[in-house]
Amino acid sequence: MEIETRDESEPIAPSHAAAVKVRGVIKSFGRGDAKVTVLRGIDLDVRLGELLLLVGESGGGKTTLLSAIAGILEIDEGELDILGVPLHALSGARKTRFRGETMGFVFQQFNLLPALTAAENVAVPLLIAGTSRADALQRAQAMLTRVGLGDRTEFLPANLSGGQQQRVAIARALVAEPRLLICDEPTAALDGENGQKVMAILRDVGRAPDRAVIVVTHDSRVFHYGDRIAELTDGRIVGIRAAPTAPLHPLGMTGVRGLPEAAGPEAQP
Amino acid sequence: MNYVALKMLFGDRAKYLMLLCGLSFAVMLIVQQGSIFWGLMIWSQSGISNLNVQIWVADPNISQVEEVKPVADTSVQRVRTVPGVEWAVPLFKGVVRARLTNGEYHRISLVGLDSATLIGRPALMHKGRIEDLRTPDAVVVDQWAVERMGGPDVIKVGTVFEINDKKARVVGIANIQKDFQNIPAVYSTFERAIIYAPPERRVLSYVLAKAKDGEPVEEVTRRIREQTGLGAFTQEEFGWKTIQWVLKNTGIGINFGTTIVLGFIVGMAIAGQTFYLFTVENLKQFGALKAMGTSTFTLARMIILQAFTVGVIGYGVGIGLATLFGAVTASEGQLPFVETWPLLTLVFGSLLAICTFSATISIIKLAKVEPAIVFR
Repeated sequence: MEIETRDESEPIAPSHAAAVKVRGVIKSFGRGDAKVTVLRGIDLDVRLGELLLLVGESGGGKTTLLSAIAGILEIDEGELDILGVPLHALSGARKTRFRGETMGFVFQQFNLLPALTAAENVAVPLLIAGTSRADALQRAQAMLTRVGLGDRTEFLPANLSGGQQQRVAIARALVAEPRLLICDEPTAALDGENGQKVMAILRDVGRAPDRAVIVVTHDSRVFHYGDRIAELTDGRIVGIRAAPTAPLHPLGMTGVRGLPEAAGPEAQP
Repeated sequence: MNYVALKMLFGDRAKYLMLLCGLSFAVMLIVQQGSIFWGLMIWSQSGISNLNVQIWVADPNISQVEEVKPVADTSVQRVRTVPGVEWAVPLFKGVVRARLTNGEYHRISLVGLDSATLIGRPALMHKGRIEDLRTPDAVVVDQWAVERMGGPDVIKVGTVFEINDKKARVVGIANIQKDFQNIPAVYSTFERAIIYAPPERRVLSYVLAKAKDGEPVEEVTRRIREQTGLGAFTQEEFGWKTIQWVLKNTGIGINFGTTIVLGFIVGMAIAGQTFYLFTVENLKQFGALKAMGTSTFTLARMIILQAFTVGVIGYGVGIGLATLFGAVTASEGQLPFVETWPLLTLVFGSLLAICTFSATISIIKLAKVEPAIVFR
């Protein structure tokens, strides 16, 4: 596998400009006695050039927060500023268009279209944007080469391994050069080795100075691929810390406690 | 995105084939039943179309061509006096029994043509000449008579049989449209036919007439009605009158109509359900597309494209199968099978309705899909 990586002599330094500003976001589901508040006033900044890991227990609200940031879930209260655009104030159709223009997605279950080849799957965001099929496929093939799948462009998803499928999904998320990459448990359906490869690609290919990457994960073995780690528990951010520089022992830590506190106003619980 | 939609459709082979089968079956059923129905309707008025004359004059209470109500012998002259009538000739039509030399009896439809003009003669003669009807005891039989009365070895030019104990000699075999009642047709002259037929006070079954060139047929027909008090119809009017009688007085309309409606409902149910399942099973994929920025309108367009693509292919396959069925049955002459453009257009309209229904229920489901489904 050959993955095109960034020149290490030009390390990416996260800027202080926020790609994502989340302020006082509250989200509940259900009504009356059945009402459950999942997000209880979230404040969070994600900086350009940063790969932020969003961690926490199951049911803590990570996916809900991710959906809200992506603009595919309406929030009850609060403000969502994405790349300078007040997402919470946009209409449904404008949100959809904004997503298509600025965001890329990597899903836990890949969500590749089974009837399309790897290259065609990667080309989908470009086709949505109106790029011609020939151009879209050409760019898709180039992106697949960048994630190490240049020799698998004509393979159907069913003929690819889980790790390869997730790399196709990452290529799909990146092909339209989005400024915000949203990844929901990208390693959850993969074994340890493939999980590491996928995170390496997200760090080396996905991260860019003008782009922010948010990754929801449970997997402490990949924490060192992030720049910062935000922990979400019971609908609240309970800590934001710098990511470890080396891999954590798989059995030694399941959370982020014990890591040093990260600087910044959003670090407050 | 049309490319993606079509790849999604053809990529799920099992669902695609099921959809295609459902739609093809519905189209085949509707076209097959519709064509047989229309063929039967054509057969029902073949007693009119085989004679191919402009105006039919009959008893004013007549309801269909086979229900002969003889009129007064003077009717021919009365029709001839109506302004705009170029000519008018008598016609005998009745069902009698024929006895072959081997002792077999057969019911035949006896048609007596005006001996001077032979107006109403069969358009095509398979063997012999129609003019030979003017020779003594001469009759011309149709090709179905040959088939029904014992085959070409029994009924051929020169064969002699009896009609009401009177000699009849076959001088020709005609090619005509099969009769609805499937009774062999035997042509004779008017004068000879009333000798063959059992004695009745009135023997003139119909008066056949033609409007003068330049005179509107409908207008001349109206004048005949007003001036003679008889029933007068154009060929088309009398044909439709006969078809309406058949629809009203037989179960054909209800039987075929029920099958056609069932074909429509079954096709709609299979296609609707399969297409809905297709959408539901691809819901996460559609959700992913929505999350990636595809508008609901574009997704709806993709669904419509998928539904109508499989619909058009199913239409072609269904028409092909029905036509094949028709070619086989028509070649054997067992069933009338007439595919018409109006029927094919109607079936296409029905298919569009099925596809629209299928697409609509899928679009409704899709419109409710939260793109957040992709994160679950």
